[in-house]
Amino acid sequence: MFNLFKWGFKKSPWVYHLAASACNNCDIELLDALTPKHDIERFGMVLVGSPRHADIIIVSGIVNRQSIERFKRTYDQVPKPNLVVAIGACACSANMFRDSYNFVKPMDEIVPVDVYVPGCPPKPEAIIAGIVKALEKL
Amino acid sequence: MNIVEQIKEKFGDKIKVFERSSKRTYIDVPKEEAKDLARYIFKDLKARFSIATGTDTRPGIEILYHFALDKHNLFVTLRVLVKKPELTMETFSDIIPATNWIEREIHEMLGVNFLGHPNLTRLLLPDDWKEGEYPFRKKTFESEKEYLENK
Amino acid sequence: MAKETIIPIGPFHPLLEEPEFFKFYVEGEKVVDAEVRVGYNHRGIEKMAEGKTYDQDTFLVERICGICSTSHPFAFVQAVEDVSGIEVPERAKYIRTIIGELERIHSHFLWLGLAGHFIGYNTVFMWAWKYREPVLDIFEAISGNRNHYAMFKFGGVRRDIKDENIPGLLKAIDEVEKFANMLTKAVMDDPVIQARLKGIGILKKQDAIEMGVLGPVARASGVDIDVRRDHPYAAYDKVDLKVIVAGAGDVFDKAAVRLLESIESVKMIRECLKKMPAGSFDADVREVGVGEGIGLHEAPRGECFHYILSNGTNYPERHKIRAPSFMNVPSFKKTVIGESIADAALITAAVDPCYCCTERMAVVDRNSNKVVLTGPELVRLCQEKTEKLRK
Repeated sequence: MFNLFKWGFKKSPWVYHLAASACNNCDIELLDALTPKHDIERFGMVLVGSPRHADIIIVSGIVNRQSIERFKRTYDQVPKPNLVVAIGACACSANMFRDSYNFVKPMDEIVPVDVYVPGCPPKPEAIIAGIVKALEKL
Repeated sequence: MNIVEQIKEKFGDKIKVFERSSKRTYIDVPKEEAKDLARYIFKDLKARFSIATGTDTRPGIEILYHFALDKHNLFVTLRVLVKKPELTMETFSDIIPATNWIEREIHEMLGVNFLGHPNLTRLLLPDDWKEGEYPFRKKTFESEKEYLENK
Repeated sequence: MAKETIIPIGPFHPLLEEPEFFKFYVEGEKVVDAEVRVGYNHRGIEKMAEGKTYDQDTFLVERICGICSTSHPFAFVQAVEDVSGIEVPERAKYIRTIIGELERIHSHFLWLGLAGHFIGYNTVFMWAWKYREPVLDIFEAISGNRNHYAMFKFGGVRRDIKDENIPGLLKAIDEVEKFANMLTKAVMDDPVIQARLKGIGILKKQDAIEMGVLGPVARASGVDIDVRRDHPYAAYDKVDLKVIVAGAGDVFDKAAVRLLESIESVKMIRECLKKMPAGSFDADVREVGVGEGIGLHEAPRGECFHYILSNGTNYPERHKIRAPSFMNVPSFKKTVIGESIADAALITAAVDPCYCCTERMAVVDRNSNKVVLTGPELVRLCQEKTEKLRK
């Protein structure tokens, strides 16, 4: 039974994008992955609008004091099991914003991250590779 | 007569004008005359309000109001010193609506009270940021406080 | 076009029961009040800039926004150069102009895709973003990265555009021009789009002047300002610059101004590539000097303003940053009150706030003070109105 679930998960993961305070470049590269040039839909990946439908969560940006509550709450709405992919240097390690007075904690102390995709911003190919790597972890 | 000379003629010795280059002029104006000068520049000279900057300096908070005179390739900046510890200033938002948000930002970041502002609430800082802590102020020590407040 | 689209919901995040970015108060179908809460993206960059050297600062300001990522370094290096009057070599001025105009094209195409999604023309979204790719490829060829190109430093630019690459770039620009022309014609001539966009979200000229709005939003309302022409910098006084000004101030004019500007940008890039003189591209400056400096740049959204107070050390004493959206976003209140709720999403998008702000919208019923509609539902209302118009 568990193997059936794993097969379903791998064949068509539903991806949800959760952004903390980002500069939006990673978000644009993620949307670029939708467009005809990179087109993640041929892999069966679909970008969904609600966290309750998601299998994989993609996080980006740094977490600041204003957004940390809503961030945690949204993460709690995602059903388990799930995978978390952190894209961009800000999500991996807070980049250059760690000196800011509005910065709280690095992302992996708030949500458990499975795959880190560094880059500023990472190219759409790198994001797709990151998601595929996450699937292989299963 | 060019723009800077018009301003000098109208306000005479109440202001000190420093023409750094043909494109940048800085005018020192006391707090009480600032609103009249701003009204003259915005309404009569038809300048565009660009933004205001607040800086923490030893004698007080220095507020710079930047106006753009697009037809003359010129930026005129008004320099107003708001002394500590009172830190009050008249609001410009009744004559120039564009100053509404920037006065809120200077209020929450530096602690200047703009008298007459319709909505002096938090703009950028999170809701749970402590009152009385101003991020853009330079660090001062308790031992200096007495000296600064007696100035 | 079928109502069920293949594309998933898009660049939106679901709403929580928390303070929203844009809140619309309604009575029935009409919007009676609106407010906006900002601060979700506040990262304290101005304070951080005081602890970084001028070189590090250039990389920091790039990351203020991803879409107009080059506007902030452009204004910043000019502020630093204004402090002690540093002269920039001619070739660097042309390269700066090329990068600035390429960014304008990519940003306007991005906006167009988003607006198309709001109206319900998802094909426009796909096409606009697909044809952004050649622009991003040009960026990658010049600078090595699709976004955050790190081309600016005070005194010049960090990388050269080699002469042997110019014919290839000219060919790539021709391709972009073909699409810009095709898209402009398709949008301006479509009767449904005209009926949908004309007459809503009007910002009157006097309001535009008093609220200090900038960029295409101001030019669509008839305010003739453009930093490239009024305070010339880089190579803008050496190329044929045409400023597009409309009169009505509604959403259609805002879209038209942006589209026509993209076409003008292509022409300017071509002119710069052909006219670029030989020479050095970096003045190799080591010191900044003491004093104050102001730098300006006409970003895709309006005038980007940076102010530097330098005390002679390698660290700025004060660095003030003002992005154009700071002046444009408050004006949405004037344009949306009195309009129907089905248009609210579109009017907010026409102001073109940095995209992260548009995602979080909510509608509150004035009488019951409850949240009635959420962001994605607002967008769907917007799309449904278009369908009705088509019949």
